[in-house]
Amino acid sequence: MKNWLNPRSLFGIALITVALVALPFVAATGGQAWVRILNFAILYVFLALGLNIVVGFAGLLDLGYIAFYAVGAYVYALLASPHFGLHLPFWVILPIGAAVACVFGVLLGSPTLKLRGDYLAIVTLGFGEIVRIFLNNLNAPFNITNGPQGITLIDPVAIGSFKFSGTTQILGYSLSGPQKYYFLLVALAILIIVINLRLQNSRVGRAWQAIREDEIAAKAVGINTRNLKLLAFAMGASFGGVAGGIFAAMQGFVSPESFSLMESITILAMVVLGGMGHIPGVILGAILLSILPEVLRYSVGPAQMALFGKMLIDPESLRLLMFGLALVLVMRFKPAGLWPSPERKRELQGDA
Amino acid sequence: MDIFLQQIINGLVQGSIYALVALGYTMVYGIMGLINFAHGEVVMIGTLVTITVAGSLIKAGMPIAFAALAGVSASVLVCIALGWGLERIAYRPLRNAPRLTPLITAIGMSIILQNLAMIIWGRNYLTFPPLFPKVNFELAGAHFTAVQVMIVVVSAITMGSLILLVYRTKLGMAMRATAQNPAVASLMGVNINRVIAAAFVIGSALGAVAGIMVGSYYEIAHYQMGFMLGLKAFTAAVLGGIGNLAGAMIGGILLGLIEALGAGYIGDLTGGFLGSHYQDIFAFIVLIGVLMFKPSGLFGEKTGDRA
Repeated sequence: MKNWLNPRSLFGIALITVALVALPFVAATGGQAWVRILNFAILYVFLALGLNIVVGFAGLLDLGYIAFYAVGAYVYALLASPHFGLHLPFWVILPIGAAVACVFGVLLGSPTLKLRGDYLAIVTLGFGEIVRIFLNNLNAPFNITNGPQGITLIDPVAIGSFKFSGTTQILGYSLSGPQKYYFLLVALAILIIVINLRLQNSRVGRAWQAIREDEIAAKAVGINTRNLKLLAFAMGASFGGVAGGIFAAMQGFVSPESFSLMESITILAMVVLGGMGHIPGVILGAILLSILPEVLRYSVGPAQMALFGKMLIDPESLRLLMFGLALVLVMRFKPAGLWPSPERKRELQGDA
Repeated sequence: MDIFLQQIINGLVQGSIYALVALGYTMVYGIMGLINFAHGEVVMIGTLVTITVAGSLIKAGMPIAFAALAGVSASVLVCIALGWGLERIAYRPLRNAPRLTPLITAIGMSIILQNLAMIIWGRNYLTFPPLFPKVNFELAGAHFTAVQVMIVVVSAITMGSLILLVYRTKLGMAMRATAQNPAVASLMGVNINRVIAAAFVIGSALGAVAGIMVGSYYEIAHYQMGFMLGLKAFTAAVLGGIGNLAGAMIGGILLGLIEALGAGYIGDLTGGFLGSHYQDIFAFIVLIGVLMFKPSGLFGEKTGDRA
């Protein structure tokens, strides 16, 4: 971290910058759908990093993380759509969404402070389901969430008169909606990654690690475990809330079925598969697990056609089958994840 | 009053099914501390195998009793093979891995099994063949069927024999020893690998039985039916104190009763604000409430810190 200004790292940074700028244009040659897939990959990076605070840093297994994403998305949807006739600007809603998600995080965290490990897992799972069931059913007697139909016609992100949906001309280049969102997402991603890196090396981050390794010892050295665990839940939740808000704006549509338990599990899989508690690993995990199913979606069908001349197996289930297989195989051969932190790797080798 | 009795009966039946599935979770968890997320899928495959075997035998003109017997044995055998295979292929290599690693593997296996089932049996709902006679009983205004009686009786017998197995046999003693401390148990001559495999095999066989009960109760089956069932059963196991056999049974039956009564009365209790589609919420709210006051479930042992 100290001498990041040396020529080699500067060259690396320049290379990454060029790659990040070029990526949406390269992806667009395969159609705007690929730019959208990229955007979702970045959104999953947000979510995985948020969950990593709870699971990776503080060691609290959370299986209901998607609830915070849902809360963020619905806050945005309710405050910027014709559903209630409210059209607040993006920059006002985003902090509100983060704050509401944060409140939900504390709400979940406070009754579960005493629980450990798998008991915590099942309670968080239940919490996620409770939120989803409420979203699904709060259309009567007062129509708040519009039930299973969800909320449509959500306003896109706009800065002044610059809208992030539709195509615009900038400096002679034409930028599509997804491409503009891409740059917004990359900017936010850099911000979130920096916050995470700083958090990890901070007093709070070290306290979380102490709790993760041994809660009783952490308490004994004077760490306020209750407050710090709540803080982990709250911070993780607010990242989820922000991601949810952007999701709602980008999609223009939210419905409860986007926030199923499977989503929570997928995000947890990203964190664990990448390398729990290690920020680059988590980012890698999120990108891999969000792109891989899409690549499979586009390749499984044609590959079957080429090999056998007809569709033998329904491509959708074959795709999921391979996704499951990938999870099992990675865990089998890389139990600490694809890119674990150096300390964790050492610990594991010491154990064996 | 007769509605109340009816809800109690429904809850008891549903609860017995939860309890049977919960036993599979709790056995594996008790011995190796792993949430076997794929267990719900084992139950689902148990149901679907019965449908295929028994259904085709009935179609071929075989007597129903023979078809039922063949279907049940086929499903139990397939599930045993599945449980054994899961342990051998997926979980055994991970025994010393970090705690979350086998959890992700279990989720991966669950996805794999679900989609394999979809490839084999298709997306549509399948009807469960009428293996058991349709007889209706009436008691103080509440109705119930022979199938419901059978579910409760079979569950009770299975649970009883499982308790006998764990507390009265040598294998059971080996299981309890392994649960307490695998390393020491193996020094005492217990073959850990065999004990863990036995837990998976027994759990899966119980899963197959539960699958047949679910199938004959609801009369339809689907490749996605295992997930929610597994989730509820796991909730039941946690409610009772995971790792505790009697806890899993009581947790299961309690959950069934809470759900049935909750769904029946939630509308009246909240003045029509919340309807019966909040049934699932009830289970989770009770769970959170119980765990707030008893963090290790109703009958769970107080566990120390385990990394």
